[in-house]
Amino acid sequence: MSTLTPTLSATTRPRRGRHLSAWPPTLVSIALLLSLPVLVVVGFLFVPAGEIWRHLAATVLPLYVSNSLLLMLGVSVGTLIGGVGCAWLTSMCRFPGRGLFEWALLLPMAMPAYIIAYTYTGLLDFAGPVQTTLRAWTGWGFRDYWFPQIRSLEGAMLMLSLVLYPYVYLLARAAFLSQSLCVLDVSRTLGNGPWRTFFTVALPLARPAIVAGLSLALMEALADYGTVQYFGVPTFTTGIFRTWFGLGSPAAAAQLSALLLGFVFALILLERWSRRHARYHHSSQREQVIRRLHLRGWRAALASLFCFSPLLFGFLVPAGQLLYWSLAVATTRFDAAFLQLAWNSLSLAAGAALLALLLALLLGYGRRLHPSLTVRTSVQVAAMGYAVPGTVIAVGVMIPFAWFDNSLDAWMRARFGVSTGLLLSGTLAAVMFAYVTRFLAVALQTVEAGLTKIRPSMDEAGRSLGYRPSQMLARIHLPMLRGSLLTALLLVFVDVLKELPATLILRPFNFNTLAVRAFELASDERLADSAPAALTIVIAGLLPVILLSRSITRSRHADSP
Amino acid sequence: MNVLPPSRAVTGGRLLSALALSTLLALPATLLPALASADGEVNIYSARKEELIKPLLDRFTEETGIQVNLVTGNADELVQRLRSEGINTPADILLTVDAGNLHQAKASELTQPIVSEVIDAAVPANYRDPEGHWVGLSMRARPIMYVVGKVDPAQLSTYEDLADEQWRGRICIRSSSNIYNQSMVGSMIAADGIEAAEAWARGLVANMARPPIGGDRDQIKAAAAGECDIAIANTYYLAGMLKSGDPAEVEPAEKIGIFWPNQPGAGDGRGTHVNVSGAALTKAARNADNAVQLIEYLVSPEAQAWYAEVNGEYPVRSEVEISPELVAWGEFEADTINLARLGELNAEAVMLMDRAGWR
Repeated sequence: MSTLTPTLSATTRPRRGRHLSAWPPTLVSIALLLSLPVLVVVGFLFVPAGEIWRHLAATVLPLYVSNSLLLMLGVSVGTLIGGVGCAWLTSMCRFPGRGLFEWALLLPMAMPAYIIAYTYTGLLDFAGPVQTTLRAWTGWGFRDYWFPQIRSLEGAMLMLSLVLYPYVYLLARAAFLSQSLCVLDVSRTLGNGPWRTFFTVALPLARPAIVAGLSLALMEALADYGTVQYFGVPTFTTGIFRTWFGLGSPAAAAQLSALLLGFVFALILLERWSRRHARYHHSSQREQVIRRLHLRGWRAALASLFCFSPLLFGFLVPAGQLLYWSLAVATTRFDAAFLQLAWNSLSLAAGAALLALLLALLLGYGRRLHPSLTVRTSVQVAAMGYAVPGTVIAVGVMIPFAWFDNSLDAWMRARFGVSTGLLLSGTLAAVMFAYVTRFLAVALQTVEAGLTKIRPSMDEAGRSLGYRPSQMLARIHLPMLRGSLLTALLLVFVDVLKELPATLILRPFNFNTLAVRAFELASDERLADSAPAALTIVIAGLLPVILLSRSITRSRHADSP
Repeated sequence: MNVLPPSRAVTGGRLLSALALSTLLALPATLLPALASADGEVNIYSARKEELIKPLLDRFTEETGIQVNLVTGNADELVQRLRSEGINTPADILLTVDAGNLHQAKASELTQPIVSEVIDAAVPANYRDPEGHWVGLSMRARPIMYVVGKVDPAQLSTYEDLADEQWRGRICIRSSSNIYNQSMVGSMIAADGIEAAEAWARGLVANMARPPIGGDRDQIKAAAAGECDIAIANTYYLAGMLKSGDPAEVEPAEKIGIFWPNQPGAGDGRGTHVNVSGAALTKAARNADNAVQLIEYLVSPEAQAWYAEVNGEYPVRSEVEISPELVAWGEFEADTINLARLGELNAEAVMLMDRAGWR
């Protein structure tokens, strides 16, 4: 730690230039526009829901809270061990299969959580192949033996950890790769072993990135509906749906969502507070080729095994099951209509990813230049959409869009006798907007994690060379951020590919995506028939995952052969 | 400083521009709302899955030349969409798989009466809204299913009896978050009163073999596998399993027998709980004539036979033949409560199940 100087945030704040005066209002307006769905949800706080709250508090609310908290805890442990462990091993050590694991560990990201839940249930429940084989071998019958129940809170933790650890892995790995080796070398020369160096130097240095990854994973876990619903685990999300649909109270449901947002906000504040404004910047000028620690013997085997497990259970097993179902049982054909589905999914995902990246860059950069309370808060609120279940966001998009359309229509009728009808509602523009509001956090977290790598001294150097902010962005920041930008692009792309609830409710007539298709069949309890579409989501996600992960690796110029 | 060699920056740039280009090419075609067809069209918001309705709609288009546009989704969300879109909604028809949602759409003043002698003649009055705002298209029964050989059907009588101690640890049923259970409990409240229904729900929870997990098919499979002796599920799931051709589905389904509870002579004899999938005509419908024509087609003998054959549901027209699986399960008396009442009781049913600890 001796070579690190925690610098106070005050020193990272650049002086305001005269070209920047228009920035804060622009930033705040964009952030507010993107916050619209979240604000609609929060707005429901002022609609009285009366009796229902008393009922909820007296019966199910404590269960929702405790289950959601436990789920977060379990997913934290799972994603941290898997994500940080694998990231450290693949970036700092040499062992058999390292080059493969480097990108293959991202593959589970392409697997929608509810799909992995379905496949494991098919494999592991009482009537599934695993238990049936076990019974055939041993001659046991029902209740003669104990077998873990996959459809439980613990099962949900495991399923979500398996598909969410790549967030932590991706960001932690980027952080480890960009760490100055001098720091690690100094730690080693001071007599610290590799473990001690990891825990006392590398981990604290990578902390902002790891926390960014973890908070993404946790927000996604909190917003998950498909898995917990299928596993019969009552959490906040299932509670929101139940309150809305079953009790017929959108207001109480939105208030539960607002409470969920409160959870997330508390989480973010807690993290900020625990860091107490300390930011770590490397002061070393040298980043040499990483000399990876060469693992041999059982250590190498253990490292390979450690990295192989998440890949096996998060990707190979479920994808294998999907493939088996697709080939053996499914009645769906890979025809022209199917290609159209794939095209719809891919083009939407690519478009939303670019848009989200652009906005994240704008907001992230703006927040860096203008860390005023207003700017910071509005950007933070805009990024909260990620923790809100997709359906709730969708309604948050639907209400203001329809209001705008109908108001415009009424005005045009009154003024000109022309009806404009619905301009935005029920178009892909609404769908896109929902994607961007929901996944902005992903892009923003990643971009900001990248921005922390840029030392304030670089900004100062740029300024002293007379660069304007735009030049600084183009000449200094963008090249340094390239890895983070690609990561952000990849994450949003894959997320949109998997997105279901907002697509389902906002899409235009006769427009389907792979996720919609897979869900319709799976929710009708036809798992095997849903397999081709689910498998295609995974395959469609593969190519960009591989391409981008290689590109990210290359973006570190000093990668070892 | 960490400046990239130019060649690599170009690779990333290329990737980005390829992505950007593909998006630009894709968007114009899809950003526009669906354009109206000249031959007339009808727009549907459907809670019924595309697979289970599209073939019928395609047939309708073939016969009439009327183009059918479809958005599928969760019924409550579709109702919410109708509500937000107001008078400008493009939807003419709302299709749902539960009368409760239809009732809700009507209560929110999103629907209008369907005026058609054809429909009135085809569909029995208790499967239609009293004021004609919605009409049932197919019936879905929720009887008691038992494992043949483990349960003597003579032991079974009514839903009410399932709270009896003899079934301790022997019943599988899905979560109370599911609309089918909510409607069923709604019918219990209507028949027995709220207190008796709550006591019943407590008894049922005590008799569950496991906490509720999975869907209706899961309950059937769990029963067949030996986890429980009785499952409560909708019949078309069992029919679907029998017809699937997949041994993993067919084998468990073959172990299961159907018992029709609350038949005349058993308990109050009100009949087995049924619900309907149905259609409502939206208040803002711009293609109301086409919409009524489509609903008339959906209750025609041809379409009704399709429901029975492909979906394993019961036709609302009694004269239409039912599929062999359904014939094998025998005839039954259905609860004659007007289904609109179940919609009204839904919230009460959910709160009751919350209090009873039914997860």
